[in-house]
Amino acid sequence: MENSTVLEARGICKSFYNPVKIDVLKDVSFKLKRGEYASIIGRSGSGKSTLLYILSTMDTDFTGKLLIDGIDLHYKSEKELAAIRNAKIGFVFQFHYLLNEFTAIRNVMLPGFKLNKVSEEELESKAYEYLKDLGIENLAHKMAYKLSGGEKQRVAIARAMINDPLIIMCDEPTGNLDSKNADIVFNIFKELTETFNKTLLVVTHDLIFAEKTGRIIELDDGRIIRE
Amino acid sequence: MKQKHLIEIAVALMLARWKQTLVATIGVTFSIALFISLLGFMEGLNQLLDGLVLNRTPHIRLFNDIQPSKIQPIDLSEQYQNYHNFISSVKPVNTRKEIYNAQQIIHKLKNDKRVFGVAPKITAQVFYNLGNIDLNGIINGVDAEKEAKLFAFSDYVIKGNYRELETISNSIILGQGAADVMNAKIGDIITVTTTEGEQFSLKVIGFFQSGMAEIDKIQSFASLTTTQKLLGEDSNYISDIQIKLKDLNKAPALAIEFEDFFKINAEDIQTANAQFETGSGVRSIISYAVGITLLIVSGFGIYNILNMLIYEKMDTIAILKATGYAGNDVKKIFISISLSIGVAGALAGVFFGILLSAIIDAIPFSSPSIPNVTTYPIDYGIQYYLIAIIFAMVTTFLAGWMPAKKASKVDPVLIIRGK
Ligand SMILES: Nc1ncnc2c1ncn2[C@@H]1O[C@H](COP(=O)(O)OP(=O)(O)OP(=O)(O)O)[C@@H](O)[C@H]1O
Ligand SMILES: [Mg+2]
Repeated sequence: MENSTVLEARGICKSFYNPVKIDVLKDVSFKLKRGEYASIIGRSGSGKSTLLYILSTMDTDFTGKLLIDGIDLHYKSEKELAAIRNAKIGFVFQFHYLLNEFTAIRNVMLPGFKLNKVSEEELESKAYEYLKDLGIENLAHKMAYKLSGGEKQRVAIARAMINDPLIIMCDEPTGNLDSKNADIVFNIFKELTETFNKTLLVVTHDLIFAEKTGRIIELDDGRIIRE
Repeated sequence: MKQKHLIEIAVALMLARWKQTLVATIGVTFSIALFISLLGFMEGLNQLLDGLVLNRTPHIRLFNDIQPSKIQPIDLSEQYQNYHNFISSVKPVNTRKEIYNAQQIIHKLKNDKRVFGVAPKITAQVFYNLGNIDLNGIINGVDAEKEAKLFAFSDYVIKGNYRELETISNSIILGQGAADVMNAKIGDIITVTTTEGEQFSLKVIGFFQSGMAEIDKIQSFASLTTTQKLLGEDSNYISDIQIKLKDLNKAPALAIEFEDFFKINAEDIQTANAQFETGSGVRSIISYAVGITLLIVSGFGIYNILNMLIYEKMDTIAILKATGYAGNDVKKIFISISLSIGVAGALAGVFFGILLSAIIDAIPFSSPSIPNVTTYPIDYGIQYYLIAIIFAMVTTFLAGWMPAKKASKVDPVLIIRGK
């Protein structure tokens, strides 16, 4: 169980047609084990975000095989994919995305509403704990649109963790953070992998950040060039 | 997934765009309120106008028509049996207006389950004497009590007590028009001359107004006995039997049946007043068409606002989907927005509909032809409320369905990348 594979990509290819065919991902294959802390680096436009959208099950328009927690995601319905995404995957976007109509803590609780495993009070205290870990518990009841970029990003990270997913994917989670807060995020992720045995997959431009992770996957022009 | 949380999201989205939501709700409110009051008013008016005629007209009238005999002497002659005989200017002989066995017929009809009530009537041709001038008149001999019960007689007696017809002998209720010409007041004694040339004195105990000037100038009412005396007939003399049925629509069929059974002429109300049914029907159709158009237009309002909301809240939809909400959940959110607008609009619409109806109901309206009506008529029938609510629910659901479906199909990757 300790070293079981959580995510496996086999020969993933992705092309855009507008109007000429551009191959963005070419035969990408790799495996992530439980508790692994991996980062994806690469030039801008090398296909990092595209890969992450595919791995997060949001983009289903690709060829190749994708298994999450041993389940082949091919032929799964939109509803089933949504349920998998909700329960097993946490996602932090390249540009922080929150619901402006809600407070920070409601935003964190949002995936929990869908999962509906614990009571609302439990969910709220859990959300509060995550916000506290990220140092923004005092902002819990502030409306999302009133937060700064970095604060939003940390709320988004808390949201990705709320359902205890197997794997958390982040697209430049520290892009808006100063080095001190980037360190906090790094350490939270590290703790998640080490004590909670979660798998982290982080796309980053921050090479120092990447160096500290256990594994670096480098993409160039849609191919893995270094592991 | 708890409904509660979907609704929480729906409410948050509505509050974020509360002005537009309010406008859409007002649209629904407006259309339902108008639908209810328009139809209530129209139907009230229909009932009033129909009532004008239908309430005081017998559903079936039995009488003896004065007609020449269908069999003429030449038809009986053996010599001309197989000929076509043409006789011009045939005159009726010896035909009486009296209905034979009137009491038996009335008795038989009273025991008929389809009949609501029966009232006998006598019409007498007279002249009202006004000094040297004689005015044409018709005195209707009626059973005042039955006339009131079956044909709303009391509504049209605008002065005096109709019951006195039975208690005061030789009394008359004059048509308002005739009374005006004769300058008669209650308590006055007027004289009339019958077609036989006899003069009678009658005491005026009330006035009658039907609203149709031609009728009010000529017609008057007296008791059966008084009229029989006037005509010099015995107390069995009846010239008309008026029948009110339980179901108005059966009148034509029953008229034919009675005609055969009693060997008498029978006329049903539909034949006598064909134009009224058509008028009411057309008015109803027009008001339903206008009302339903209003409801549909309010549906378009909801459709527009939901479309706009979805366009503005693409990010929200994308986040919901990215964090694991299925297309179906998103659809539910937007349909509940649409239905909330519909329900809130319907409730407010019913409230304002009743209010508007009450206002119309209080506007003074008087017409000489409808003496007992003082304000505009409104029908508070529950059916208009039900139709309006059901129709509003269906339109809001459909108006919400299409945008909601669109929202459920939003591709989160496209939105997230678009930033
Ligand atoms: N919808 C699209 N149609 C056509 N080409 C696209 C589309 N989306 C992305 N691309 C192209 O795919 C390539 C990879 O894009 P992607 O967003 O994955 O890059 P990235 O590695 O995340 O870059 P960055 O570090 O700047 O975020 C880019 O060259 C981009 O132009
Ligand atoms: Mg990117």
